[in-house]
Amino acid sequence: MKPLSISVVLAALSFPALAADKVAVPPAEVEAVVQAMFKSALEDWKPRVGQDETQRVCTDTRNNPPDAEAAKIKARELASIAYPEDGNVMGDWKKGEKIAQTGTGGQFSDEPGTVNGGNCYACHQMAAAEVSFGTLGPSLLGYGKLKNFQAAENKLALAKIFNAQSVVACSNMPRFGYHKFLSMDQIKDVTAYLMSPDSPVNK
Amino acid sequence: MARTRHETRTAAGAGALLAFVLGLAGGVAAEETAADQSEKEIEKYRAMINDPMANPAFLNVDRGEILWKTARGSKNASLETCDLGEGAGKLESAYAKLPRYFKDADKVLDLEQRLLWCMDKIQGADLKEILSRKFSGPGKVSDMEDLVAYIANKSSGMKFSAQVGHPKEQQAYAIGEALFYRRSSIEDFSCATCHGDTGKRIRLQALPDFTKPGKDAQDTMGSWPTYRVSQSQMRTMQHRLWDCYRQMRMPAPEYGSEGITALTLYLTKQADGGEITVPSIKR
Ligand code: HEC
Ligand code: HEC
Repeated sequence: MKPLSISVVLAALSFPALAADKVAVPPAEVEAVVQAMFKSALEDWKPRVGQDETQRVCTDTRNNPPDAEAAKIKARELASIAYPEDGNVMGDWKKGEKIAQTGTGGQFSDEPGTVNGGNCYACHQMAAAEVSFGTLGPSLLGYGKLKNFQAAENKLALAKIFNAQSVVACSNMPRFGYHKFLSMDQIKDVTAYLMSPDSPVNK
Repeated sequence: MARTRHETRTAAGAGALLAFVLGLAGGVAAEETAADQSEKEIEKYRAMINDPMANPAFLNVDRGEILWKTARGSKNASLETCDLGEGAGKLESAYAKLPRYFKDADKVLDLEQRLLWCMDKIQGADLKEILSRKFSGPGKVSDMEDLVAYIANKSSGMKFSAQVGHPKEQQAYAIGEALFYRRSSIEDFSCATCHGDTGKRIRLQALPDFTKPGKDAQDTMGSWPTYRVSQSQMRTMQHRLWDCYRQMRMPAPEYGSEGITALTLYLTKQADGGEITVPSIKR
């Protein structure tokens, strides 16, 4: 337990006053502003402007859904996961490394035909040699080794990458497979990069 | 005539600056942490901010002054009677109090929106043409960026005084806050994904936390508009938020839209009391 800091106490004390000042804007009004902000979007980009049920609940609860809502999200997201038909979740870790390092794809500035990257390094430490890593997510250094290279863990890792919110409701990690942002082959490659004994992540 | 001279100076200034920055980065010892390194670079940038010879954005300030004072548009008028909130033609401290509510427009406007309003009403300007140059690029100057540089610079040394008294300002602030936490698109990002916690980074890039008032927001907002060394252009908050929505895999947001202004007001409120030192210079 962290000691209760003065700022926390102050925040708690001042919150009711703040809340009373606050103007409540109906969600429909916020959505109207959003639609106007992206009114020139091309037809095939329009769906990105709206929200699915999970995004909406995570927005409304600022990523802290009550237990019942969290359970609903996890169940829904779990149901979205597709596994490789042949049961093999491990692809080519070398290709996976490239995917983990690539941050382009899906942006309006990208050339048509740009292959999407997973950009795992934006948020995670992975291989020890790669020092340019972000800290939005936990370190994944030695992840496969920590899981004793067990086949069941490989499958769980693939599921996590396919849909992070099947494990943690309102996770900040993108749902790569759910959005088809990464293909199944790419997800298998990243899974191998994370889990394979040969991968630099586990050296 | 004047413009050509200015452009030459811009190119020379940017080149010298870039060489300086690259030299700096190369000279840093390898064992220093990335955070130390970027902290040192930031210090050097700060030293250059107030030096008009080292910061090419002061050329935007010069060009902006000319644009402000030159009669243009179908009404052949200058912008000198434009009221940015502090009274017609008064520029000092105007930027420190924007975005704010304007009675004549019955809307909360940021600086860019207010400039467009004045260009339309006072000058009868061709807004379509001006907006075709909303962001500068190679061989393309932006009147909007230049005017923002000039006007924001008139608040340099002052402190943000965020305007949230009027009901429409309160509403805009609340919308901005809602937008900040709103998740969407194909990577499920909101602004809070990347700016929701203190001391986080993407790769090696430090991410300011905008969920609470204070230093992060103050240092950030007080340093825009800024000369982006990596882009060789001066940029305003309109461009920064356009760039963050790009990273969010959203479509390009409308320039001067209500949503961008609402977000800017939210961020400015978090930066309230912070000192403005602009145009600054950044990576
Ligand atoms: C925008 C940030 C972000 C990106 C990009 C991202 N992650 Fe994550 N990741 C997180 C966060 C935050 C967590 C912790 C919460 C959770 O478990 O969902 C996490 C958790 C994980 C975990 C679970 C760790 C554990 O505790 O067992 C794995 C595995 C993982 N990420 C793999 C990946 C891989 C592989 C990629 C790239 C394909 C990736 N992540 C991309 C933010 C991110
Ligand atoms: C996927 C990550 C990501 C998301 C989502 C994101 N940003 Fe950013 N933002 C960044 C990065 C990285 C930088 C620093 C970029 C640089 O310095 O080149 C940045 C910089 C900024 C800055 C300027 C910081 C400075 O010090 O000058 C502001 C302001 C900002 N973001 C606001 C927002 C807002 C508002 C949103 C939502 C509309 C948002 N960001 C969403 C990654 C993100």
